[in-house]
Amino acid sequence: MTKPENEITWKDLEIGSIVTEPGNASQYQTGDWRSQRPIFDNKKCIKCGICYIFCPEGCIEQNVEGYFEANLFYCKGCGICTRECWTQAITMVEEE
Amino acid sequence: MAKRVGIEVSLAIAETAKLANVDVVAAYPITPQTHIVEHLAQLVADGELDAAYIPVESEHSAMSACLGASAVGARTFTATAGQGLELMHEVLYIASSMRLPVVMVVVNRALSAPLSVWGDHSDVMAVRDTGWIQIFTENGQEVVDNLLGAFRIAEDQRVLLPVMIHLDGFHLSHMVEPLFLPEQSEVDQFIPPYYYPFPLNPDKPITMGAFAPPIIYSETKKAQEVNLEASKAVILQCWKDFGSFFKRYYSPVESYLSEDARVLLLTMGSFSETAMTAIDKMRKEGRDVGLLKLRLWRPFPFGEIRQAVKNAEVLIVLDRALSFGGPGGPVCSEIRSALYDEEKKPKVISFVGGLGGRDITVAGFEYIVNRGIEISQTGSEQEFEMFGVRE
Repeated sequence: MTKPENEITWKDLEIGSIVTEPGNASQYQTGDWRSQRPIFDNKKCIKCGICYIFCPEGCIEQNVEGYFEANLFYCKGCGICTRECWTQAITMVEEE
Repeated sequence: MAKRVGIEVSLAIAETAKLANVDVVAAYPITPQTHIVEHLAQLVADGELDAAYIPVESEHSAMSACLGASAVGARTFTATAGQGLELMHEVLYIASSMRLPVVMVVVNRALSAPLSVWGDHSDVMAVRDTGWIQIFTENGQEVVDNLLGAFRIAEDQRVLLPVMIHLDGFHLSHMVEPLFLPEQSEVDQFIPPYYYPFPLNPDKPITMGAFAPPIIYSETKKAQEVNLEASKAVILQCWKDFGSFFKRYYSPVESYLSEDARVLLLTMGSFSETAMTAIDKMRKEGRDVGLLKLRLWRPFPFGEIRQAVKNAEVLIVLDRALSFGGPGGPVCSEIRSALYDEEKKPKVISFVGGLGGRDITVAGFEYIVNRGIEISQTGSEQEFEMFGVRE
């Protein structure tokens, strides 16, 4: 995107609001929607990856040590990872 | 030189689509549109028209297939009627907001229930706000001419919007009329090749109709509105060029013996033919009446309407659709709002009639004019009055 979304005028739009830059959805910060964030307790984590599989946003990544963490630019705070985690290693905490 | 032929209007529509050399037709048959798409299927099957004919399983799919075809840069045509138009409804908005210049003939038909295959404008009015350019036609020649113009208007790079050509079911679609079908060379000259600026292409990917959050949606709608309003200049230019080329002239609001008339009747579609006969008769009797015919329905010709009625004392509008629990006649309602801020304006009297294929004869139009004058004189205006209903 050439401009931040909140500066785009109707005159800036391509015909039919066509998006001509492939993959620019990755610039959309869905993390804005979040009211709770997941906290990962690596002491309880068994590295099974169930949180990674169930995350509907696809925003959980595995770090070099093999533990999982959420990319908070995209994480919407849905809590599905917390619900699915077998060892209760993930808890949701209120965003400030 | 174009030849004059006697032909059923539906078949003339198919022949015109062939002359426009359409690339894709996606259609589902429905009365009273059937003859159009049957004939197109025949033309494709016989190898007379080099096009893909997609026999889809519903009108929803017909319009969806048209979107895809138009988006790759194919000249795309379809036709439907009544319930079929309703089944397309949600996809119609997508055609206009993605700026895909699909051309569609709508053979106007009443909406169920009770089931009626006959003509009125309920289907037109239900898709009023879909963002399509919409044009009413009155006779076979007007359908052919405006269909040719529709491709040129829709595909103009300044427009790139879908166009609906409306004609009355049975009253017009099934008439055999004498009309001029242009030569292929004339059509090739009049309609330039279709070029879509962002055709779907795997080597140059784009996203159409993508998700728009609240921060951008309003901007997309403003752009769409400005675009549809701006199409009017191109429509007027197209009709001017059509006139120079084919010597037949069209305008957004057409007038018949209306210039000095104190009382004006406004109609749309094929009923205007009968209304003209009624006006002729009343003129011979020394009555001060004239006729206006609404051709351009979207974008609505506010300026032309105001200009056309400015010297009249009474304007009588006949709608062939009913806005239930609302203002009655949808066209009359728009005309009233167009005139609201004018200092000098006629009294506007609304009639709803001709529903579900009910004919209105010359005597019927005389009654509507006389009754309209009576209402205006006695000040007994209501929102609208239904014509020809047995009490």
